[in-house]
Amino acid sequence: MIAPVNAGHARRNNILTLCAGAAIALLLWQAPGYIDAYKIRIINLIAINAILGLSLNLIYGMGGMFSLGHAGFMAIGAYVSAILIITPDQKQIMWILDPIAPWVRDMRAPFLASLLAAGIVSAIFGCLVSIPVLRLGGDYLGIATLGFSEIIRILITNLTPITNGPLGLKGIPPHASLLMSYGCLAVMLLCMTRLMRSNFGNVIRAVRDDEVAAKTMGIDTLKTRVLVFTLGCFGGGVGGALMGNLITTIDPKMFMITQTYSLLMIVVVGGLGSITGSVVGAVLVTTMLEWLRFVENPITIGSLNIPGIPGMRMVIFSVLLIAVIIFRREGIMGMREFSWGWLLRDGKRGGTQ
Amino acid sequence: MSEDGDFAIRLHGITIQFGGLVAVNGLTMSVARRGITGLIGPNGAGKTSVFNVITGFYRPNGGYVEFRRRDGSVGSITGLPPHKVCHAGLARTFQNIRLFGNETAIQNVMIGSHVRQKGRWWMNIVPFTFPGAAREEEEIRENAMRLLERLGLGGYAYAPASSLPYGAQRRLEIARALATKPEFLLLDEPAAGMNPQESAELLNFIRSLRDEYDLSILLIEHDMKVVMGVCEHIWVLDQGQLIADGKPEEIKRNHKVIEAYLGKEAANA
Repeated sequence: MIAPVNAGHARRNNILTLCAGAAIALLLWQAPGYIDAYKIRIINLIAINAILGLSLNLIYGMGGMFSLGHAGFMAIGAYVSAILIITPDQKQIMWILDPIAPWVRDMRAPFLASLLAAGIVSAIFGCLVSIPVLRLGGDYLGIATLGFSEIIRILITNLTPITNGPLGLKGIPPHASLLMSYGCLAVMLLCMTRLMRSNFGNVIRAVRDDEVAAKTMGIDTLKTRVLVFTLGCFGGGVGGALMGNLITTIDPKMFMITQTYSLLMIVVVGGLGSITGSVVGAVLVTTMLEWLRFVENPITIGSLNIPGIPGMRMVIFSVLLIAVIIFRREGIMGMREFSWGWLLRDGKRGGTQ
Repeated sequence: MSEDGDFAIRLHGITIQFGGLVAVNGLTMSVARRGITGLIGPNGAGKTSVFNVITGFYRPNGGYVEFRRRDGSVGSITGLPPHKVCHAGLARTFQNIRLFGNETAIQNVMIGSHVRQKGRWWMNIVPFTFPGAAREEEEIRENAMRLLERLGLGGYAYAPASSLPYGAQRRLEIARALATKPEFLLLDEPAAGMNPQESAELLNFIRSLRDEYDLSILLIEHDMKVVMGVCEHIWVLDQGQLIADGKPEEIKRNHKVIEAYLGKEAANA
């Protein structure tokens, strides 16, 4: 939790963070010259998954709201951004099933503005949905958000003049470079860390831990939860937009419940309520999902031939997830956070006096 | 007692029903400003229900609650949601302690300060943009530390609230309530689970709180030593009805009170 940090250490920590950030930036900048495109893509995906994981962690881990609707908010973000950055000519050609709505065709914005728009539109939907839905608690909230996510997907499939229906959008300009994704992640990390360290962060955790006591302390719990949910949806929208820009093709099937599950895995494996945990979770889950692909190829052990079974890696992954839940329910980080003081062993002087 | 001009809280004909059960029936009482008032009665008398009506957790089936501020303005707080009641200047503790167990003691107190915080949530996200909001955060932290030290909890500041000893948790709950800058403090069984020495200390502690923070205090308590020792006025409930009120010495001799607690024979003995 917030242990007291003396001024000298705080200064040192800031310098260390800046240095580490610069080193990582330099590595990412140079990486494409040394690593093949496939690995670059996975490293990029880690950043995007971290952004998505962090935004879901804000809702579920910190806000205590069990949401299964994140794929829906990602979809909104991905479509908003893609529609804004694809040129009108391209769009005109792409819509085959139904003619494109003129206002959709003529919309244009630069990439960064489209990211912001993706976040904002997603946040508006999140806010509107959460006001009725957040009166529910626990499992009911999960079911309601899951339903919402499906509604979004089906709307996208059927609102052909706006979304090009089941065909999806192709040829999205690949703006999500390594530096762009990690830049967004850095901004998100900074904002979330500072939010959760401020007194409002205490309030968010208070609402999660004991709603009755929080109300007694003068906290408008519904308003707080709506706000946290909305902020999480903003992150989900931005993450979805980056994902679209990385893959360059989006269609409604991308945003099924399985997408939410992988984010949930990141959050749970990393540690509910831990910012560091979501980043660690994103690294682990993303690389594992890629690395485990080998089990889906035919394997020969001696004279034994095992044919590749598509989907096998998800089975293995599910087993791993069950193992995490049985043996380390709080996830890798629990609710703890990384700190330089912990890494450099500042001693226990600052501890519980 | 409590001449009408000098009340902090006044209940008018408060009735609370749960289905067919009448928990509180037409209760009219007033609590003196800057007084320490006790609300006693056997189990199930409806004491905690009265607390829940005052703090907005229950909406009464009939009657209303008036609250008089330090500046003399009087307003109804009936039916306000709990967070607005807190904003109006009433704070409470719970019979079964309800701290934010995962948070440190100082965070618990800081959460209490939130209701008076002027800076908005987004002001502290981007560094150096709102120096005023950053300063306020610092003040909240310092104020929380002062409150903890005042209540003898300074050493626990950075320990998770759930790890504190029982008595310290009770005091932390009071510290957290004080952080909301209340004018009126409701204590639900502050001496529960305390040993005789701790309860004796509690008497002086409650009095000093009243004087230091200019509070009016209403407390529910079963420990008669505490009630008789600290309260200036006592209201007695039995089965949702007010059966007596007066100074501690009067209550001790009151027939109806003895009957409610010990039965008819004891009262006639």
